[in-house]
Amino acid sequence: MSQFAQVLLSGLSTGSIYALAAIGFTLIWQAAQTVNFAQGEFVMLPAFFVLVAINFLGMPLWLALLFGLLMAVLVLGLLFKKLIVEPMLPKTGLPLIIATMALSILLKESVKEFYGAEAQPFPDILPQQTMNLAGAVISVQDILNLVISITAVVALTLFLNRTITGRSMQATAQNPAVATILGIDTKRMVLYTFLINAGLAALASFLISPLYLAKFSNGETLGVVAFIAAIVGGFNQIRGAIAGGLLIGVLDNLTATYITAEYRAALPLVLLILIILWRPQGLLGTDEGRQV
Amino acid sequence: MRFSLKHLLLLVGLGVLVVAPLGQGNYIVYMLCSWLIFSIAAMGLNLTLGYAGQISLAQASFMAIGAYTTALLTLAGWHWVVAMPIGLVLCFVVGLALGFPALRVRGHFLAFVTLAFNTLVFLVARNEDWLTGGTYGKFGMPRPDFGIVSTDSQLNFYYFTLIVFVIAAALMWGIVRSPWGRAFRALRENPIRAESLGIDTRRLTLLAFAIGSVYGGLAGSLVSPLVQFIEPGSFAVIHSLRILLMVVVGGAGFFYGPMLGAAVVILLPEVLRFTEGYYLILYATLVIVLMVFCPSGLIGVGSRIRDKLWSRTRDRGDLKQGAQL
Amino acid sequence: MKRRMIAKALAAATLLGMAPVGAALAQETVKVPCVCELSGAGAVSGSNYRDGAKLALEEINGAGGILGRKIEMSEYDTQTDPQTSRALVQKAIDEGAYAIMGTVYSGSTIVNMLVSKQNGVPQITGSEAPNITQQGNPYIFRTSSSAAKGVPSLTAYFKEQLAVKKIAVTWVNNEFGKGGHDVFIKEMAAAGIDVVSDVPSEQGQADFAADVSKIRESGAEAAFVYLNEEESARFLKEARKQGLDIPLVGEVTLTGQKVIDLAGAAANGAYAHVGLTTGANVASIKEFAGKFQSKYGRDTDHNGIKGYIGIYAIKYVTELIGSFDREAMAKKMHGLTLDVAKHPGMLLTTSWDDTGEMARESFMTEVQNGKQVVIGTVPAK
Repeated sequence: MSQFAQVLLSGLSTGSIYALAAIGFTLIWQAAQTVNFAQGEFVMLPAFFVLVAINFLGMPLWLALLFGLLMAVLVLGLLFKKLIVEPMLPKTGLPLIIATMALSILLKESVKEFYGAEAQPFPDILPQQTMNLAGAVISVQDILNLVISITAVVALTLFLNRTITGRSMQATAQNPAVATILGIDTKRMVLYTFLINAGLAALASFLISPLYLAKFSNGETLGVVAFIAAIVGGFNQIRGAIAGGLLIGVLDNLTATYITAEYRAALPLVLLILIILWRPQGLLGTDEGRQV
Repeated sequence: MRFSLKHLLLLVGLGVLVVAPLGQGNYIVYMLCSWLIFSIAAMGLNLTLGYAGQISLAQASFMAIGAYTTALLTLAGWHWVVAMPIGLVLCFVVGLALGFPALRVRGHFLAFVTLAFNTLVFLVARNEDWLTGGTYGKFGMPRPDFGIVSTDSQLNFYYFTLIVFVIAAALMWGIVRSPWGRAFRALRENPIRAESLGIDTRRLTLLAFAIGSVYGGLAGSLVSPLVQFIEPGSFAVIHSLRILLMVVVGGAGFFYGPMLGAAVVILLPEVLRFTEGYYLILYATLVIVLMVFCPSGLIGVGSRIRDKLWSRTRDRGDLKQGAQL
Repeated sequence: MKRRMIAKALAAATLLGMAPVGAALAQETVKVPCVCELSGAGAVSGSNYRDGAKLALEEINGAGGILGRKIEMSEYDTQTDPQTSRALVQKAIDEGAYAIMGTVYSGSTIVNMLVSKQNGVPQITGSEAPNITQQGNPYIFRTSSSAAKGVPSLTAYFKEQLAVKKIAVTWVNNEFGKGGHDVFIKEMAAAGIDVVSDVPSEQGQADFAADVSKIRESGAEAAFVYLNEEESARFLKEARKQGLDIPLVGEVTLTGQKVIDLAGAAANGAYAHVGLTTGANVASIKEFAGKFQSKYGRDTDHNGIKGYIGIYAIKYVTELIGSFDREAMAKKMHGLTLDVAKHPGMLLTTSWDDTGEMARESFMTEVQNGKQVVIGTVPAK
């Protein structure tokens, strides 16, 4: 039982980080109608901005994290939108998807060439203690990961539902034409979506790198898992992405512990096909309409 | 006039392919074989991507199915000519089974299903030692022997590959030109109109995907005797992405696009060796730039330049057929 | 006008006169290409192997080369892809290789060694998977012992020093890990130690929560960790996170500097048997580590040493046979022992058996306060 509790917590902790990446993925899908195949690399890169700040610019950790966040928003949000997505509008579709695939190679290879092919240690941000709770060893880091991710998601939801900007973003996602008529600056709203995505990716990066280490290839599995989390949960709903992320995190750990370690990587495929056959709109998705 | 010019170019191209390996070292001949094989795989993907407009990220796994089937059967003493078609049938069936759920839903679901499927094939190839040799792979596959001619020498194997390639390309040409292939093009150009004309787009897309997968299997069945060693890592997702980019860079939806793209991907590292590690960075940048400015790939760039320099006679709009009073 | 003619004639004569000299110079080199992983997953290992080899090459060329001929080493990047590596070995041989250095990744070596066998070219590999020297290939030679030799050295440690009855094993499910795992399972069965938990993981796996949890719950008294460097570090971090407090013992990688850098404090207390380590308290190896550091400005893992002694092995064996004869070289190396007293470039006394497998003194190490410390020496077997 204590093992079950531990594995469950580890799964929830990892799953909440998947959820952050998955939410960003759904945001981009709604804003630009595209699938961002570089999402995994978006989570990989911010950790390296932080490492550059610490090792080359000599910043203290807190400042480096802030720097990493800003750089992520600038490069993965603003530049990505302005240099790649915008020139392709209004016709996106296949070419944009393929451009994001190429972008994922570009980011990976650049990190490898300019920073290093080896995994890099990443400073511990959260306390490393463990607690003993009824026989189970509970990691404080796991709990805090979960708390921080959930807080970020709640804050995002409040922003989208309670502020004028947030509601304008929702309107833009649901119906750009009507939003324009209503006087909303849709271009700006779409840009905000890209910036938020970059911010979420940076947060996921900072939470996951202390344990997984920073490495150029880290995005490979992370990206796929985030997509599948979004599809499983339903990608017109934020809570769908959260449910999908948590579900995959937990199931992955339970599969590896109790069923098979050799085939644990096959789990996403199985989930994906089941969902498509049984509930194509995802677990929490709705049939019609988009909603940020 | 244009017709015969086209034929002439085709003949010259074939002639070049025949003499290309003569007097070359084994390495060059090997690279040429590998280019032909990847062209076949990319040609199949072109049907899925270029004509049916669906992304598949599983071409490498179909190569794996073809390669492993051929390897196991030829190692058991079967002739390649018997082993290969069994692999192809398997690819077709798997393609249908995989495409069916994925294509039920609008959007790029096939991309994700195939992405996950590629991982699954990798895992099966690696975990099921009893069948696939696991992580150690299978080696020592014999090269096909056709009585009078054996393909053991690198040069003979090249000609064998070339013959298979030409047959595969001719069949693809037939598919694309058939009425059924024209339906594909209608589908690509305007799916809604195609549907309204009574074309069952879903069934057509599914078939395109399955046939495309068969081409992947054919490429795999050639990899087996060429490398004489296969292991799961050679068919990982990254190779599917590589093939996809071949099609895109060459020009998706163009008949010669995949061949050009395969040549770029296989030969460019040789040319850009001096750039060392930056090769992939340059390549990825090239792809992004292509997608932003000319999504129809290098062939598209070529025809744009040609149109600029050598613009065809233009019809006067008011004399166009179909104009009515 | 006349002057010009004379000048021209002189120039022509000089050129003619020089031509044979140029040809002779070109002939004087011997080609030992390095086919290794300079990009892709194996870039770190491959680059260290190459740089170690380069270091040896410069020393040898500076001292007059092999039998008066300078070594020329061109580099071929396999991109850590077996098929590419095979093509490149073919290319290197087409270009007249006397012997081939590389590859490091076992998955590549198992493929490309077929080509060097077909062409009769000796190949000095950095790979450690057991099956490489089990193919009956007379041209393949190792620069470090395989797991088939290394893992058995640990059996005595588990049985006598730790005196465990139940043990767990966590291994990376690729060519490298599978080889070690299979040898380990056999060894434990022979030693009467019960393997209570057998946990495979993916190459590049990030999440080791389930793996550690399984070992914890299995009641194992020690765990054998057979993972690559990064995965080792992630495993150690997770083990610490979950409070796994049994001895963690590895082969080669677990106490390496890279793992220590990555895992930080979590690496303390890990044990490993290592064939070659720059941290070994042996004068020749320390000297090598110093030279590598001053030339490249970084430390190397054991792959740098492997590349270094690989080039020296080629030199010593060629000098023993007295000519550049590929077949004679391969024959000579089988059953050969190179004593470090007479052949200092080998760093440690080294011998090869008739499969190309290698034997050499090795070490038991432990991580103490973030440093790899040698706690014992295992004699060559």
